[in-house]
Amino acid sequence: MTARDEILARLRTALADNPPPVQVPRRYRRVDDRADLIGTLVDRLEDYRAVVHHGIDALPRLLSEVDRLAVPTDVPAEWLAGYAGQLHRDAPPLSPAALDALDAVLTGCAVAVADTGTIILDAGPAQGRRALTLVPDRHICVVRTDQVVGLLPEALTRLDPRAPQTWISGPSATSDIELNRVEGVHGPRRLEVVLIGLGT
Amino acid sequence: MNPPATPATGSGRIRTPLPFPTAAKPAVADTQLRANLHRATRTIRAKRARVVDEVPDWEALRDAGSAIKADVQRRLPELLEQFEASATAAGATVHWARDAAEACRIVVALTQAAGADEVVKVKSMATQEIELNEALEAAGIAAYETDLAELIVQLGEDTPSHILVPAIHYNRGQIREIFQRRMADAPTDLSDEPAALAEAARAHLRRRFLSARVAVSGANFAVADSGTLVVVESEGNGRMCLTLPETLISVVGVEKLLPTFTDLEVFLQLLPRSSTGERMNPYTSMWTGVTPDDGPQTVHIVLVDNGRSAVLADPVGRPALSCIRCSACLNVCPVYERAGGHAYGSVYPGPIGAILSPQLTGVADNASLPYASTLCGACYDVCPVKINIPEILVHLRQQAPHPAAERATMRVLSWVMRSPRRWAAALRLARAGAGPLGAYRQRRTGARTLRRLPWPASAWTRSRDLPLPAPQTFRDWWGKQ
Amino acid sequence: MRIALFITCVNDLAYPGTGIAVTRILRRLGHTVEFPTAQTCCGQMHANTGYRAEAMPMVRNYVDVFDSYDAIVAPSGSCTAMIRDQYPHLHAPAASVAARTYELSELLVDVLGVTDVGAEFPETVTYHPTCHGLRMLRLGDRPLTLLRNVRGIQLVELGDAEECCGFGGTFALKNPDVSTAMLTDKCARVRDTGARVLAAADNSCLAHIGGGLDRNRSGVRAMHYAEILAETGATS
Repeated sequence: MTARDEILARLRTALADNPPPVQVPRRYRRVDDRADLIGTLVDRLEDYRAVVHHGIDALPRLLSEVDRLAVPTDVPAEWLAGYAGQLHRDAPPLSPAALDALDAVLTGCAVAVADTGTIILDAGPAQGRRALTLVPDRHICVVRTDQVVGLLPEALTRLDPRAPQTWISGPSATSDIELNRVEGVHGPRRLEVVLIGLGT
Repeated sequence: MNPPATPATGSGRIRTPLPFPTAAKPAVADTQLRANLHRATRTIRAKRARVVDEVPDWEALRDAGSAIKADVQRRLPELLEQFEASATAAGATVHWARDAAEACRIVVALTQAAGADEVVKVKSMATQEIELNEALEAAGIAAYETDLAELIVQLGEDTPSHILVPAIHYNRGQIREIFQRRMADAPTDLSDEPAALAEAARAHLRRRFLSARVAVSGANFAVADSGTLVVVESEGNGRMCLTLPETLISVVGVEKLLPTFTDLEVFLQLLPRSSTGERMNPYTSMWTGVTPDDGPQTVHIVLVDNGRSAVLADPVGRPALSCIRCSACLNVCPVYERAGGHAYGSVYPGPIGAILSPQLTGVADNASLPYASTLCGACYDVCPVKINIPEILVHLRQQAPHPAAERATMRVLSWVMRSPRRWAAALRLARAGAGPLGAYRQRRTGARTLRRLPWPASAWTRSRDLPLPAPQTFRDWWGKQ
Repeated sequence: MRIALFITCVNDLAYPGTGIAVTRILRRLGHTVEFPTAQTCCGQMHANTGYRAEAMPMVRNYVDVFDSYDAIVAPSGSCTAMIRDQYPHLHAPAASVAARTYELSELLVDVLGVTDVGAEFPETVTYHPTCHGLRMLRLGDRPLTLLRNVRGIQLVELGDAEECCGFGGTFALKNPDVSTAMLTDKCARVRDTGARVLAAADNSCLAHIGGGLDRNRSGVRAMHYAEILAETGATS
C-alpha cells in the first residue's frame, strides 16, 4: 500500500463514528460600515510604522531621494515623471544580487484592507514578481483609493488564489525578543504608501 | 490483500523524556527563566487583549473558525484528495508521509535530487516535530533556521520552548551572549538592544538568502479548493525562503487544510490577533503550485500524518486538530508561565501541547501531560477556534495509566462516598480522630491546622498549612437543630 | 419553592461554618432550606483525576437525593460546575437536576432576585474569583454585587484576580512545584491589597490560598463569602 493510500485509509477508519455534517455559521462582518475607510487605513498603516503620503504629487519628491530604483516592467509612466535617477526595469529579470544593490522599489498593489492596514500584492498590474518587492530595502507602494476595502472578507473576493500573493502590513518586524515589536529585519525596512485618488 | 489501515500514533519530538513535574522542578527554581517568561507572557497577553477587544464580531469569527475546522476533520480524506489534485494541477508535486521518519526521508531525497548540500528554513512546527534538521544533518545537509527566534535557539544548541517565539525563555542579554559566542560575523560591539540584535541577524542571513537553492517551509494553511499554501510571518525571512530559491519543499500536517480560499477570511483574522497580538502580521505569503518566472520553479508538498490519524480517531479529542498554532493558550496559561516550554518535552508545549502530544503518541507515552493543568480554563477562553482544552484534558486523564497507590486510594474513597451510610460514618470517624489532635493544635498554634505531614501529603504541607476536620461536621450541626 | 442545600464533602468535613452561613442567609430571607442527609460528594475529584467510573455512583446518588427539589444550592463554584457542566454528559437522567443546581450567588441574584441580603461586616475584604465559578459558571460580578451591599465592608481589588491560585484539585499534589509557584504569587497579590480578609466562592481554593497565607503568618483570614453575607453585626 502506498503511503498516500494508507494515510487516506487510516483517516477513513478514524472517522468510523461518522460525525454529523457541519453548518458553518458566518455571522461575522463581511462588509465594513465605517464611513472613513481611507482614514482608518492611514491610521492602521501608521500604527505599524508605514509612512503614508497623499497624492501623486508626493512621488517626485520621494523618488528624488532614490538613486537606484527598481520597477516592474508595466509601471505607469506618470509615476516616474521627472525621475532622474538610475531606473532598473525588471526585464530581463533582475537577479537577487542585482536587486540587493538597488535602493528602492516602486510598485502598485491589488487591494488594501483598511481594518488591518494591509496591502496585498498579487503579481497583477504594476506589481511585478515577488522578489522585486522583497529584496530592496525600501518599498514605495502606490495605492489607489478604489483599491481600498474595509474588511478582509471584502479583499478576498477581489483576489484570485492562483496568483502568488504577498500581504504586507507595515515594514518587516519581529517580536522574537521579549515579545516586543522591533521594525526592520529581512524584508524592506521602510514601507512608504502613496495614496492616490481615481483618475490620477 | 492490504492490511487494515488502523490510525497510527506518531514519532519525533513529541514525547516527554521526563515526567512533567520532574522536568518542571528545575524550571520553577530558575529565577531568571521565571522572570523572562513572566515579562514576555504578560506583554503578549495585554497586546492580544487589546486587538481582540477592538473586533466587534470576534465571537462570530471564533464560531466560524471552530465550525470550519470541525468540517475539515469530518471530510479530511476527501479534502486531502481535492488539495492534492488542485496543487498538482498547478504544478506542485505532492508527497505523503506516514510518520516522522518517512517525511524526513522524502525531504532529504528531494534536497539531494536538487543537488544542494544546504537548505534555508522558514520556522515550522511540523519540521521541528519530525526532527528534520537532525535528519538533514545526518545526510550531510546543513539546515539554516532563518526565523530570528529559531536562529537564536539553533545557535544556542537549544530546543524551542514556545510555538510562536521559540526563544521566549531568553532575555535580550542572553541573546546577545549567544550571538557573540556563536555567530561568527556578529559585530564585536553588539549591544543588547532588540533592534541591534535584529540587525545582526539580518546581516548574518543576507548572503545565505540570496544564494540559497533549496528552502524548506511548513504552512499555516493548505486550501483544498485551490491548492494554495499560506505562510504567515513577520520578519521577511519567510518571503526570502519562499521566493528566492529554485526549489521549495513544504512539510504540512494533514490537519492544516481549509476547504475553500474564502475560509481564509476567517483564519487570517483569528490568527494574527491571537498569536502576536497584531491586527495583521507584517507578511503573509500564498502560493499555488508554480508560477512561471516568479518564485521557486520546483515546488514540493509533503503531507504528514505522524499521529494525526490517531487524534482524528477519538471523537472527544479530535478538536485538538483544529489548532492553528497561535500560542494564545500558552501565553495565558499560569502553568506554562511558571514551568516554561521545555518541561512539556514535546515541541508542542502549554495547554495545547498537553492535549495534542499525548494524543499524537498515545496517552501512555505522555501520561503526565494531561495532568499538567489546574483546569482553570483560561486557555479555552482565548482559543480562536474554541478548542475545549479542559474537557479534553479530563478525557485524556481517563485513559492515562494511573499509579497503583493512587488507584487504590481513589477506589476506597469512591466506595465510601457512594454510600450515604459509609460517608456519614467516615465523617464521624474523621471528626473523632481529628478532635483531640485539632484541640491540641489549637492550643499550641492557635489554629486547627497541620504544618508537616509525611509523604504523599507532604506535597501539600511543604508550602501550605492543612486544615483539620472541624470539631463538628455540618451534618452534626444540622442534626442538633 | 423547595430549596435543598448541597453542602459538598469538603465543607461537610472541614468547613461546616459555610453551610451554617448559607442556611442562615436563606432563612433570614424567609426561605426554608432542607438538608437531605443521604448526600455525599459530587464526584469531581474522581472525574477530574481520571476516575470517571469511580465517580459514577456518586453522580447517580446525587440525582437520587436531589431530583425532587425545585432548587439545589451549593456553596462551591467548582462542585456546581461539575454538576452543571459534566453531569449531563456522564449520565443523561442528571440533566434536569443539574440545570436546577445553583451556586449560592446564582440562587440569590438570579432565582430569588436578591442583591442585598442585609449583612453587616466591618472589615477590609479582597475577593478572588475562583476559576470554575469565573470561567465555567460565568458567575461574573454576582458575588461581588452581593458583597458590595454588605454594610461596613471595605472591598479592595485583588491584582491579577482572574489568575488561578494553583490548587487544581489533585494538581497541587501531582505538581507541587508549579502549584507552589502559583500559590506564592497569589499570596503576594493578596498581601499587596492590605485586606484583612480574603473571600472566595470555594473553600477548596481558600484552603489552598489560606494555607499559604497561614504558613507565611500573613494574618489574612480566608473566608467563604457566604460567611460574610451571613454576618449581621447583631451576632458578632
